[in-house]
Amino acid sequence: MVKKFLCAFLVAVIFIGSFPVMEISATGPTNYTYTYNEWNNPIPSPDAYRVSAYILGQHLYYNGESIGQWRSPQDLHVWQGYVDNIWRNLLYVVDSGNNRIVILEFYGENNSEYSVFNIIDHVIMPDGEPSRFNAPHGIYISDWAFNRGQIWLADTNNQRVLHVDENWNVLTEIRHPGNYRRCPDSDGVVFIFDPGEGPSLLDANSDFLPSKVAVDFSGRIFVQTRHVNRGLMEFDRYGVFAGYMGAPPVDVSIIDQFWRFIATQEQRERMILNVPVEYNNVTIDHEGFLFVTTSSVGVEPVARLNAMGEDVMIRNGFEDPIGDLWIGIGADRSGPSEFIDVTTLSNGTFITFDRNRGRLFAYDTQGQLLYVWAGPGNREGFFTSPTAVESMGHTLFALDGGRGDNLSALTRFDLTEYGTLINDALDMYHRGLYEESYDIWNEVLRMNGNFGLAYIGIARALLRQGDYLQAMHYFRLQNDSRNYGRAFGFYRRIWMEQHFWMFALGLGILMVVPPVVKKVRKVRREIMES
Amino acid sequence: MTAIKNRVTSEGFKHYLKSLKFSLYTMRRPLDGFWDLIHEKRGSMAAAHTIVVLYVLVQIIYLTQTNFTFINIQMETFSSFYVVLNIVGPLLLFSLANWCLTTLFDGKGRISDIYMGYAYAMVPQLIIRIIITPLTHIVTFDEIMILVLLWYIGEYWFYLLIICAMKQIHDYTFGKAVITTLLSLAAMGIMVFIFLMFFAVVSDGIAYFYSLGQEALFRIRRG
Repeated sequence: MVKKFLCAFLVAVIFIGSFPVMEISATGPTNYTYTYNEWNNPIPSPDAYRVSAYILGQHLYYNGESIGQWRSPQDLHVWQGYVDNIWRNLLYVVDSGNNRIVILEFYGENNSEYSVFNIIDHVIMPDGEPSRFNAPHGIYISDWAFNRGQIWLADTNNQRVLHVDENWNVLTEIRHPGNYRRCPDSDGVVFIFDPGEGPSLLDANSDFLPSKVAVDFSGRIFVQTRHVNRGLMEFDRYGVFAGYMGAPPVDVSIIDQFWRFIATQEQRERMILNVPVEYNNVTIDHEGFLFVTTSSVGVEPVARLNAMGEDVMIRNGFEDPIGDLWIGIGADRSGPSEFIDVTTLSNGTFITFDRNRGRLFAYDTQGQLLYVWAGPGNREGFFTSPTAVESMGHTLFALDGGRGDNLSALTRFDLTEYGTLINDALDMYHRGLYEESYDIWNEVLRMNGNFGLAYIGIARALLRQGDYLQAMHYFRLQNDSRNYGRAFGFYRRIWMEQHFWMFALGLGILMVVPPVVKKVRKVRREIMES
Repeated sequence: MTAIKNRVTSEGFKHYLKSLKFSLYTMRRPLDGFWDLIHEKRGSMAAAHTIVVLYVLVQIIYLTQTNFTFINIQMETFSSFYVVLNIVGPLLLFSLANWCLTTLFDGKGRISDIYMGYAYAMVPQLIIRIIITPLTHIVTFDEIMILVLLWYIGEYWFYLLIICAMKQIHDYTFGKAVITTLLSLAAMGIMVFIFLMFFAVVSDGIAYFYSLGQEALFRIRRG
């Protein structure tokens, strides 16, 4: 009887135990975050960024009136500094279709409150006349010490780049470099340069359609111009055209060289050196390097250029930063990722925006993919036609320039706990504080066991501490051959030192035994013979 | 027991062992070795088969047991079948292609001779792989050049042996041996192409008649 009960009890226990404990984790909305693992397979990941605000134009009020819908807004720029003696966090939205710049101010705890700070739709020319914008596409506000707060605006359909001061008074107007340019000197006199001065590489008959603009710490102005496929146009601080920069070096194939060799002089002149690269955005990071993105074929989709225009991006990840590795056809999208904008965080992480699939890709300074999120769609946190991404501290703003009612939206992303941990760990890790980052990486792994960089971070810390065998194990998990080799090199040396007696003994035996054997044989033979 | 003993000590088995050992000689003295292999009957088909089987086993061990630093295969996607195919396929194809070609260019070798020559020529690669596999667990990533050097030695040794084997088996001049070997590589390509095309056509044909039958059945059922 007891046996029967016991049996029933056991069966019941097994039966109940076989059901998983239903635990509904309230994760809230997700951004479909994923990352690629060491075998380049996409792996789901916890959200690193989540939508914290979804800002539509008609919900914003200025002077008591709604400012109306965004119309295909094209660019964002964050500027933080003193305006009217108050520290302000300003976000400039280039509302291209409405021919205006909307300046939003963020304040309060975590900068979570926002309101319209100003709306600009014209500038004051040096002669005092107002001049309205016509489909502006790009803006840059200087954060460099010598011209802090000055603004550069790519006024695309007016075919000009405007350099204006804090109060939107024009200092320089950069026109088609083949035509003319004018700038006031210290006395306020307007100079008109003769057409043709300086290198006039842009065809005078073609349109000058500046689209994005950036200014470096020496005041050089870099303009991304539409239909120009020779890199960025560079102007000096007075707006004089200085040339093109940033076009990748031409790789002439052997076949091309052969054709060039057998061609006549005339034919050679008619051949075009073609590595067309049409950048579609330009940004300057905190160290003064240019970040450019492009969707041109055969060119790195995102590059970091030095002052000479050479690509100095570090590409130490499993794969180069090219966006999606699996580019299957789905939801009417095909082909590789097309980066439209890039923004950098203070710790060197950069985030690219994919126009093709509306995804955001975060890479660390070594070019290692951290996480990918968002996607195509017209709901909160998804994008129909991405145009710009910008960072304010660790907060991100992504702009959707979709045409049509309610399709244009400004989305604000804030870091989750998971994203914060990764950023903290990266901060320490890239400063070389491997041991300090150990605990944080472990915490990251607790939240996401598929985060490859955490294993490498831990392995580096272990390597630093001298736990080579364990470091090897962690590097092995991520297929990190080079670092595994380093750890193994140390381990091998220690192993050799510890087992040196074996080698010594072996060598000793090899040196001692044969002569002894020889001697014994000789003696024996002598005995036998005698 | 005595049966096995008889076998082991029998003349045939002794010849087999001797011919297997002869592969080490052909490796070192290819011109002399490959002549004797065929014309002095110092090689045997059994030994050639043994070398091929050993090569397959060594290749599997080489691919799976090498340190991940140098060869990193995702084990979920690894299939021994493809290893066998990668080794036996070229061997059979080459034998066939080369035989087809050399019979036209008065080569002396039979198809089994070519097979034997190819198998015996694989021995240095086999030995190099046996050396490399444990070595990968001793050297680090920065010392990869040692392994690369060894690997290339095995590779070029193999090419050299193949040329020598073809020269001696068919009783050719050196230039003719090189040319026929290269031509048989091209022939292999053509054979693979025809093979694939044949299969594609046949599978399309089958699919066509299958769907025709389906259609007919469908209509019959619907009445």
